[in-house]
Amino acid sequence: MLFYLTIIFGCQLIGESLVSWLQLPVPGPVIGMALLFLALNWKGSVPDDLSRVADGLLSNLSLLFIPAGVGVMLHFRLIETAFWPITIALVVSTLLTIALTGLFMTWLGKHPPAKQENSTEGKA
Amino acid sequence: MMQDLQSIWVYLSASPLLHLFLTLLAYQIGQALYKKSGMMPLLNPVMIAVILLVLMLVGTGTSYESYFSGAQFVHFLLGPATVALAIPLYRQFDKVKRSALALSLSLLCGSITAAASAVLIALWLGGAEKALVSLATKSVTAPVAMGITKELGGLPSLTAVLVITTGIIGAMFGPYILNLVGVKNWAARGFAIGTASHGIGTARAMQVNEEAGAFSGLAMGLNALATSLLLPLIWFWVF
Repeated sequence: MLFYLTIIFGCQLIGESLVSWLQLPVPGPVIGMALLFLALNWKGSVPDDLSRVADGLLSNLSLLFIPAGVGVMLHFRLIETAFWPITIALVVSTLLTIALTGLFMTWLGKHPPAKQENSTEGKA
Repeated sequence: MMQDLQSIWVYLSASPLLHLFLTLLAYQIGQALYKKSGMMPLLNPVMIAVILLVLMLVGTGTSYESYFSGAQFVHFLLGPATVALAIPLYRQFDKVKRSALALSLSLLCGSITAAASAVLIALWLGGAEKALVSLATKSVTAPVAMGITKELGGLPSLTAVLVITTGIIGAMFGPYILNLVGVKNWAARGFAIGTASHGIGTARAMQVNEEAGAFSGLAMGLNALATSLLLPLIWFWVF
């Protein structure tokens, strides 16, 4: 387990280093994700222990956003002065983006630019 | 007696343990309510935990800095968790490959809608000029959004707050909107949620279905890339 945790940290470290060295416009962990993805492709399977470590991290992904979210208390003043414009813009734009992206992808699935299939149905 | 309690409180609030504990506790309360409701999206555990913690901090007069000195250990794990998204992505990669073109086009549509609609609505309503850059980057995962905001001369810490709020809005209402417009395919649902509401949307999608989670994580990464490449170009051209 510790071995795979080290691998994950290592991917992030390489990612962060590449980003600051090459001035890339993406964050280090996203590069780290790409590196780990390439490594898995090269290996051809996901080791069980790596799955366990990843599931442990991802099953509580929501938890990890809480400290940043509490930062809302730093901006009470600014948010108060423009509460409605900001709130309406956030809500309408977010829901519009979700609806349009989902519909567009579904439409492309029915009128495929490339061959693809839609099998599993449900709600996320 | 009060003196003793006071000194224990002073001691505890100086150590990272207290706020680390409270963060975990608030999350467990959020999770318990969320599970009890049958994972109803409206009872988003992040939202519940943030509200509880802000009330507690404001109530006890604790500063965000001293809270964060404990909570940073949780915050730190965001990086490794992002790296770990490679595993669901790998497991679902056959499906991703098959719909690569549809994904790219949908991403472009979502990325532009996310930035343009937020800015246009705020301009139309007026009064939120200081927040425009932060609104434009609201659907991008926090570290990238803050980087772009800095580049465009906005307020990075405000961006962090709007990004998290957007994530919560997407996770709370996204599933209902997708039901409303009749998007049933797991991949499309996950991809839409991830494009609009990054990691928090992905966290919710991952709990519901692995395919949705993988596509959501992919959309989060791609939208970060697309917005950081496109937005500065468009921004300096328009403003």
